Amino acid sequence: MSRLRRAAGRIWRVASIPLLAIILAFIVAAVVIVVSSVFTSTGLDVFLPLGAYGSLLAGAFGSGTGISNTLVAAAPLILGGLAVGLGFKAGLFNIGVAGQFLVGAFAAAVVGARLAGAPGVIAAPVALIAGALGGAAFGFIPGFLKARTGAHEVVTTIMLNNAAVLLLTWAVNDLVRAPGFSFPRTGDLGHSALPILLGRNVHLGIPIAVLAVFSVRWLLDRTTNGFEIRTVGQNPNAARYAGMRPIFITTLTMTLSGLLAGVAGAIQMLGVIGFYAPGITASVGFDSIAVALLGRSDPIGILFAAILFGAFRAGAPLMQIETSVPVEIIDIIQALVILFLAADLIVRRVFRVRAAKPVISELATVTRTWAGGAPPGGGA
Amino acid sequence: MTDQPPVLEMRGIMKLFPTGTLANDAIDLALRPGEIHALLGENGAGKSTLMNILYGLVTPDAGEIRIDGQPVTIHDPADAIARGIGMVHQHFMLVPVLSVAENVVLGDEIVRAGQILDLGEGARRIKLLAQKLGFEIDPSTRVDQLSVGQQQRVEILKAIYRNARILVLDEPTAVLTPQETREIFEVLRRLRGEGASIIFISHKLDEVLEIADRITVIRRGKVVGSRRPSETNENELAELMVGRAVSLRVDRGRSHPGEAMLEVRGLRARNDRGHDVLQGVDLSVRAGEILGIAGVAGNGQEELVEALIGLRKPTAGTIRLAGHDLTHALVDERRDRGMAFVPADRHKYGLVLTYPLDDNLALTRYGDPPFAGGFAGIIRNFKAITANAIRLMKEFDIRAPDPKTPAGTLSGGNQQKVVVAREFRHDLRLLVLDQPTRGLDVGSIEFIHKQVIGRRDDGAAVLLISAELDEVLDLSDRVLVMFRGQIVGTFPAEEAQREKVGLLMATGGARA
Amino acid sequence: MDAVGTVFRLIWELGVYLYTVVPDLLPIILALATPLALGALCGVLNERSGVVNIGIEGIMLMAAFFGYLTGFALHDAVGSGVSIALGILAAVFVGALLGLVHAWLTVSVRADQIIAGTMMNIAAFGVTGYLNRLIITPSGRGGAGVIAPFHLPDAIANLPFVGPILVMFLDQGPIAMSVLFIVIALQFALFRTRWGLRTRAVGEHPKAADTVGIDVYRQRYLNVIFGCALAGLAGAFLTLESTGSFQNGMTNGRGFIALAAMIFGRWTPIGALAGALLFGTATALGVVVSIRIPEGDLGDIMRSIPSYWYAALPYLMTIVILAGVVGRSTPPAADGVPYVKEGKG
Repeated sequence: MSRLRRAAGRIWRVASIPLLAIILAFIVAAVVIVVSSVFTSTGLDVFLPLGAYGSLLAGAFGSGTGISNTLVAAAPLILGGLAVGLGFKAGLFNIGVAGQFLVGAFAAAVVGARLAGAPGVIAAPVALIAGALGGAAFGFIPGFLKARTGAHEVVTTIMLNNAAVLLLTWAVNDLVRAPGFSFPRTGDLGHSALPILLGRNVHLGIPIAVLAVFSVRWLLDRTTNGFEIRTVGQNPNAARYAGMRPIFITTLTMTLSGLLAGVAGAIQMLGVIGFYAPGITASVGFDSIAVALLGRSDPIGILFAAILFGAFRAGAPLMQIETSVPVEIIDIIQALVILFLAADLIVRRVFRVRAAKPVISELATVTRTWAGGAPPGGGA
Repeated sequence: MTDQPPVLEMRGIMKLFPTGTLANDAIDLALRPGEIHALLGENGAGKSTLMNILYGLVTPDAGEIRIDGQPVTIHDPADAIARGIGMVHQHFMLVPVLSVAENVVLGDEIVRAGQILDLGEGARRIKLLAQKLGFEIDPSTRVDQLSVGQQQRVEILKAIYRNARILVLDEPTAVLTPQETREIFEVLRRLRGEGASIIFISHKLDEVLEIADRITVIRRGKVVGSRRPSETNENELAELMVGRAVSLRVDRGRSHPGEAMLEVRGLRARNDRGHDVLQGVDLSVRAGEILGIAGVAGNGQEELVEALIGLRKPTAGTIRLAGHDLTHALVDERRDRGMAFVPADRHKYGLVLTYPLDDNLALTRYGDPPFAGGFAGIIRNFKAITANAIRLMKEFDIRAPDPKTPAGTLSGGNQQKVVVAREFRHDLRLLVLDQPTRGLDVGSIEFIHKQVIGRRDDGAAVLLISAELDEVLDLSDRVLVMFRGQIVGTFPAEEAQREKVGLLMATGGARA
Repeated sequence: MDAVGTVFRLIWELGVYLYTVVPDLLPIILALATPLALGALCGVLNERSGVVNIGIEGIMLMAAFFGYLTGFALHDAVGSGVSIALGILAAVFVGALLGLVHAWLTVSVRADQIIAGTMMNIAAFGVTGYLNRLIITPSGRGGAGVIAPFHLPDAIANLPFVGPILVMFLDQGPIAMSVLFIVIALQFALFRTRWGLRTRAVGEHPKAADTVGIDVYRQRYLNVIFGCALAGLAGAFLTLESTGSFQNGMTNGRGFIALAAMIFGRWTPIGALAGALLFGTATALGVVVSIRIPEGDLGDIMRSIPSYWYAALPYLMTIVILAGVVGRSTPPAADGVPYVKEGKG
């Protein structure tokens, strides 16, 4: 019995702040819903949040369809969260998941359309790898620039996000537009699509995402490369002193991070969307940040946080239909969750909790390198 | 100066920090007008905390402060300044990119039309004050262009500009050469002559005996004695400071040097800002000898150590270890060849504070067997890492609950022991030490000094760099002096007297 | 030989083109640069005091929305001009309010500054999207109107050399016009006033400022709030002077380009303006090419570049410039480091 108690105590110490942050976020969002209901045609409705949250839950878990929608929504969030979390471990902030996701989706769509006729056993994996490589390349650029010039990834990745949307639109319009459709888009995937495993839409991408969780965990905890990544995030100077090469590690980490985001785009393309057209947006970009922070950059934590956010995204449409509360309330909740995680002081005061550690210690490195240059002395 | 009523009294000051440290335990202090009063104690004794309370940076838990007999409460530095208290901190409170004038007037600026600065007037007043104290200064110079001694004088000017009558100096001579120390003592005597009362915090016994009119010794947060210099001597003061008889000089024993192990020829390098800071360094260290480099901080020592470790690329010159050219070798390659380093900044380079002790103790060889193995050597071997930690913790008496304790929770002395334990292997060829005992208590200092001598006797070549001249003179078999990026003097231990070495440190050998 | 001739001809055509198009180009550049310059000034004020603020994008967006909402809501009640003016005030107020939040998070709560800024951006997208869908879209109404720009008399506008420059800076709406004055005022203030000296001290070595009695927290709060008010003004420009309508996410990365302009300009107001003009030019290029197409071979080349590439130019340029300038200029030493007054109770 006491072993259970100790395990529960450990889980509570680690998970208390994230859980309480979510609860607090929902409470504040409820206030927002009530206050903004004043401006709607139906007027002030104090009980609106209850109905809204009820619909949200129902949409996410209340039926078989709901649960599969949750899982499907969670899969790219798992991978995106891993991407951001891995970056955090090295002291890097990858806000570029959105752009890397799109590039990965695009690459998978184009290669997948080309291989539509080939046997599925070859077509799907190849398309998936194409997505991974596309995302990796898009992660390599800011990683290399940060490592070599000090250009902070927060700005470069966001610039690449914006550029990606524009350039991919041009590519679909002018380069790879599939004939025979009334609007610009890539061709049908045919055999490149990921097989459905369960129900209507639970596709192969979901176990792939879970596999990624354990792969990243193994990388970080058990390998020397993972040790290097973590050390660079905790103390880049000590890393150099220990014989590590921060330039290489920084570039490698951003590339891996981009790769994960690219896979997210690929499985979403091959498992859900089916073709690339201008106007595809990726809320997964910001969602991944929230997921990584909620999960404290830990792969298992990210897994749970991604399922939670997948539930939000899956249930929100039903909430908007049934109660007219706009789906953007999820974005507000997301921002509030991040707020309370960053200012965990607030959560601790409100709920009188003492937690194990501050949110993510590597964040200090993210901020410390904001306007810095290349490492001193030109060391490799 | 004799028995006038005190200008400052601190009675029963208590301060308990949230970490559990009782920094000040019912401390009483009385400062008479026109007196230079030394506060003596080793690192961590509580002297700085007491003065931070006086300056309003820290709030005491109990106790009373009286100025000219009146009880006062000091809420913040602005309060302290208004009451005539000025403080010169150990780490200068100067903004490097601003000029002398801007730094001195900051917070008390002369303005026209409400906001517009009048630096010309400020410069004029500063020049006058400096002349009164016996030195010259150009108020428009940027502070980062000044020497350490000059910067310290700017700090004193800051206090006098605000009409400080009580001046507190925290370890003022820690970064000065013997000549600069003599100069600053002159300034202090002039200030005393002008009617100021001075509190002088230090852990250096000889200086305290030279300058002070009265000495109060603090140990572990308590006052343990108050003496006039004429009534006491170094040994008694040392014993009061530490609480037991202390051998002030470590017994170095004889060295039996072998062949040259480290050879550095014509080494040149730039610092982070692109300035040439090593201008052709030549030195060699033999196996079984301790070579000490004395010099004021900022003459290239840091960059020399970084070049030796492999963290800074030299622009010219060579570094050879036992004949192998390692000038451009990577850090781990140097370690493989038998080099080890104890860096000056243990928080920046030496440790990852958030990591447990066992990771820190294996930090420099994390990728080598036995700490890693398996496919392409990327699988870590946790059993070996922990076993190594347990062994080293015992051998070096590192006080911590278990090997998984995060390094950041250890005391300064224990943290340094972790770094030392990791680096002081028994099969070393070259050991490079940079400020190895800075900020440590006497017990840790003794321990580390013994370990250093032990490695020398094992046959390692030891290169010691320290800003504490005493440490260099005590430990070294040979002494070099570094000035403006070059070696300007070599002495065998017997010929290395403080005066001679200090003169070279300050002037580099050029006739004044 | 022929290749060399082609190159020279292209350069000549480019010169002629720029000469004819520059008078039209300059006002467009300033208009495009205005939100960037104001955003960069916000960054300068924040970071000179030691606070990193990457939430400028979000603040701009929120201010743009609430300014628009105010103008839109009051349009029928008080008429076009007054509602727009009130809208601008509302935007600036919202900017300052969000600045207060950022200051509180970074200075008092000491949360990680980059996360705090990111939160601001996410919150802005969420809140503006939410309210846009809830309030504005159902109403079906269009814009709140736009401020009519000021026009210089033709006599001045036609002066050689000086004329186009005057047109650039004065043939604009009030917000764009004010940019130059704000830049000059801040440049003077930062380096020649007591406030400026204290700001720089607090951003370089807050402990030193603290020990001479300066209230570090207060200085940072004031500067962050004031700086973010400028970002609010940028938002007002977008919806009330430039376009007259609101779209979700309309800031489109301007807040981040502004940060790059700030770094490019070495954290000085004048440098920030220079950076903003540079990036504004990159954006303007795409606009101008579609309006006034150059003749000849140059025109053929410029026309063959897809419009999407012109649109992407500012973003790509930001990356290139950032990679080139970062590390060559030093930020304020205490930038991004929360200040903790030690030992107090």
